[in-house]
Amino acid sequence: MARVVVDVMPKPEILDPQGQAVANALPRLGFAGVVEVRQGKHFELEVDDSVDDETLAKIAEGFLSNPVIEDFTVRRVGA
Amino acid sequence: MTTVGVITFPGTLDDTDAARAVRYAGAEPVALWHGDADLRGVAAVIVPGGFSYGDYLRAGAIARFAPVMSEVVTAARGGLPVLGICNGFQILCEAGLLPGALLRNAGLHFVCRDQTLRVERTSTAWTSRYTEGDEIVVPVKNMDGRFTASRSTVDELEGEGRVVFRYTGSNPNGSVGDIAGICSASGRVVGLMPHPEHAIDPLTGPSADGLGMFASVLDAVVSA
Repeated sequence: MARVVVDVMPKPEILDPQGQAVANALPRLGFAGVVEVRQGKHFELEVDDSVDDETLAKIAEGFLSNPVIEDFTVRRVGA
Repeated sequence: MTTVGVITFPGTLDDTDAARAVRYAGAEPVALWHGDADLRGVAAVIVPGGFSYGDYLRAGAIARFAPVMSEVVTAARGGLPVLGICNGFQILCEAGLLPGALLRNAGLHFVCRDQTLRVERTSTAWTSRYTEGDEIVVPVKNMDGRFTASRSTVDELEGEGRVVFRYTGSNPNGSVGDIAGICSASGRVVGLMPHPEHAIDPLTGPSADGLGMFASVLDAVVSA
């Protein structure tokens, strides 16, 4: 068994109003100095040894993210 | 009588109104179930609005994998007229039948209002009963209605005249180029965020302006 983390983020050129809303709220809450916030998704998958990297890439690219609007990274954590 | 399939997923909301619109236009609606890989021989398909599978992950991301959608994708590639409304538009984009994607409204609010659209293209399976430049009023109601695509895709859509509807007055969601609806290269598959099925009778909607889409497809089926 292994834990796999997939992070999905809006592409840099895609407007991210949710991230902007978070960024705009910070000064109101008294936190200065945060210049930009981008909001994405974080998935943790527990997979058995039969799941290879190629399969994980397919899951990330074909389902967990939409390549039109999002970039993703896949990494295995722990052991 | 011409039959038009209306798909129901768990979380679909507007299948009843879509079926009613089909009936108003003089065709027979046929209920299609998400779990059945069967289009029941219909002459056209409507993918209606709602929140299929709760819109978990992304709007339309899970619905595109439903058994009925594999049939829709195959049939659409063969020329079957398909109309995606709201969540249906999102599903068609996720399924790759239409380019681009729909993102959270720029204002972060769910927008529900009567919206004026300009009909930009009438040579599609779903807009032949309109005249180019017609302004129609239909409701828009969504959270994720901001059409987005790469610059090259948008240029292609504009260059090939594949923008079918454009928001006029004000843009409710920040869609690129005020795009409200687009079509496939063949014009047989159309997707739009606003809801023509809610505007088929002034008694129950802001106008009857949406009925033309459901009537248009009857011509497309006859001429196909």
